[in-house]
Amino acid sequence: MRLSGIHYRVGSELWLEDIDLSLAKGGINVLLGATLAGKTTLLRIMAGLDRPTAGRLLAGDIDLTGVPVRQRNVAMVYQQFINYPSLTVYENIASPLRVARRNEAEIRTRVTALAETLRLTPFLSRYPAELSGGQQQRTALARALAKDAELLLLDEPLINLDYKLREELRAELAQLFADGRTTVVYATTEPLEALQLGGYTTLLAAGRVLQSGPTMQVFRRPATLAAARAFSDPPLNVIPARVDARNHEAVLPDGVRLPIAPTQASEIVLGIRAHEFSLAGASGLTALSGRVELAEISGSETFIHLARDDARLVALIPGVHDLALNEPCTLYVRPASLYGFDSSGRLLFAPES
Amino acid sequence: MARIDLEDVGHRYAGAADAWALRPMTMTWSDGGAYALLGPSGCGKTTLLNIISGLIAPSRGRVSFDGRDVTALAPEARNIAQVFQFPVVYDTMTVFDNLAFPLRNRGWSGARLRQRVEEVADILELRPDLPRRARALSADQKQKISLGRGLVRPDVAAVLFDEPLTVIDPHLKWLLRRKLKQIHQQLKLSLLYVTHDQTEALTFADQVVVMSQGEIVQVGTPEALFETPAHRFVGHFIGSPGMNFLACDWTAGAATIGGVRVETSSKQAPPAGAKLSIGVRPEYLELAPTPGANCVPVRVAAIQDQGIHTMVRLEVGASFAWAKLRTTSAAPTPGSAFARLPPARCALYADERRVA
Repeated sequence: MRLSGIHYRVGSELWLEDIDLSLAKGGINVLLGATLAGKTTLLRIMAGLDRPTAGRLLAGDIDLTGVPVRQRNVAMVYQQFINYPSLTVYENIASPLRVARRNEAEIRTRVTALAETLRLTPFLSRYPAELSGGQQQRTALARALAKDAELLLLDEPLINLDYKLREELRAELAQLFADGRTTVVYATTEPLEALQLGGYTTLLAAGRVLQSGPTMQVFRRPATLAAARAFSDPPLNVIPARVDARNHEAVLPDGVRLPIAPTQASEIVLGIRAHEFSLAGASGLTALSGRVELAEISGSETFIHLARDDARLVALIPGVHDLALNEPCTLYVRPASLYGFDSSGRLLFAPES
Repeated sequence: MARIDLEDVGHRYAGAADAWALRPMTMTWSDGGAYALLGPSGCGKTTLLNIISGLIAPSRGRVSFDGRDVTALAPEARNIAQVFQFPVVYDTMTVFDNLAFPLRNRGWSGARLRQRVEEVADILELRPDLPRRARALSADQKQKISLGRGLVRPDVAAVLFDEPLTVIDPHLKWLLRRKLKQIHQQLKLSLLYVTHDQTEALTFADQVVVMSQGEIVQVGTPEALFETPAHRFVGHFIGSPGMNFLACDWTAGAATIGGVRVETSSKQAPPAGAKLSIGVRPEYLELAPTPGANCVPVRVAAIQDQGIHTMVRLEVGASFAWAKLRTTSAAPTPGSAFARLPPARCALYADERRVA
């Protein structure tokens, strides 16, 4: 499927602007962007629920623009788990197969197999109201998969689940789609989710595509500062710096110098991803000092919020580190892990991968 | 502020005769402590909070504040403050009057009142908003007023929070987490905080009370919950992904996996007949191409580069395990390898509990 020059206007507001996008057939295509970036609008257009104001939706050479959802081979899963409350889990999963008039033996085989994959086997005779949120969402997923559609659209399907279930389902989803039978489009606000799903990622912001490509490539080589910010969680650390062209060094406002790749620019913006920092110094690392604003402990990692005169930094450090508020703290970073952007936000240099 | 003692306190809801919503437990909450009650929905944490606040009379046991039995007292009579998930503010009042409300109810007035309201407003960065009507403020700001109202009385036995950051925008959460920590340092109040969010609990509390199925399974510092989980549930629930548990045997006084002797931090012998496993965090599993001390043979089933780290799925005998490697370490290859379990970083678990 290919989207070409898609615009979507609601009243005087342009919700989507000039979207060009090709979906990888049989792969996972992640739409990553903040709330209101246009992810759901784009999914609805792909599904045929909404018609674009301008632009075309193509499947091979066939123009799908304006073909209603019923005539397409599409399945969609929403944020809120939607199941038929009066049907058992078994019948919920079986429902698209019944619509397609499959025979009973075939339905049984397919439902049993999907229930096994999504770990719903013990609950097949229960009703949705008797299930936990995670089980209900797995039922909705199983039903969407039972349809065996060519295109499966998932709109933040894990957002309403608690984090442990999210963690488990995320790992399962990547495996579930690994067979390449279905083209999956997966909308999410979370960079980590895109990284865990792999495949291809399109970064969306304010109704426009910032960048698109294989997930790891987009993550490691964001073309712009906006793309790097959109694909960083915790937020990208940004420090303005002056370039000492003779020594190939970036000079921070407090005089700290970092070796950088040669550049013509005299003023640059340095980007540092939170996980690139460490608390232990070593030769070749640059020290950045400040005061602890907060050490947030996530379980297996600590997010250290550090206040400096030139910037506020967030570091993601493995393990549990209980640092007191306002305590002096030094973070270390490998200069080779820095991104550099010019004043218009274009990428100047990126870490070698 | 007060020390809170729960003695043999348990609760069953009417109509659920055989199921404990909260199993009988005894615990002391120290004066001035910052505690979090952490667990998934249905674990009993809200029941426990409601027993302390007086919203629920426990089916058995005794609740006392500084030695005084309060079990039969209603919430109003217990001298506690509460902050709920959603803002509770008077829209037509100014921010100042909202914050002053609990103090005026207790007869505060004049300079003493103004001073305390301003102190709390300063901490919450609400000072410029004091003359404004609450109606005009955003949901985040309103929740800050709710926090302020909970914190304004210096004489409360404890302040109880029930998932207070639910309505806060994700980008602002860390700022309020910082505020709560700062408040605990400055105002020295006893704080009890209920949440299902591990980041919230671990960031906020000195002591985290982890609950599962109506039972307290561990009380400890964030570091202890990560490094030495007392119960398999804690190992699983804290951390992402949770702790690996590798099935093992007990042969000739040592834990073994597939015949390979594995030394752990557990010093005692496990009780006979217990189901044994070795718990090790994904962060601490090391991969090696060749065997060595405390190395078990594994099969590398899948490798996933997740940008900020590499996740490796391992088959260890009949068990599965995750290894979480820094992206700077050498990438493993699929197939046979060895996983080293650092002895100080792993422990023996008998059934659900860690062996000392």
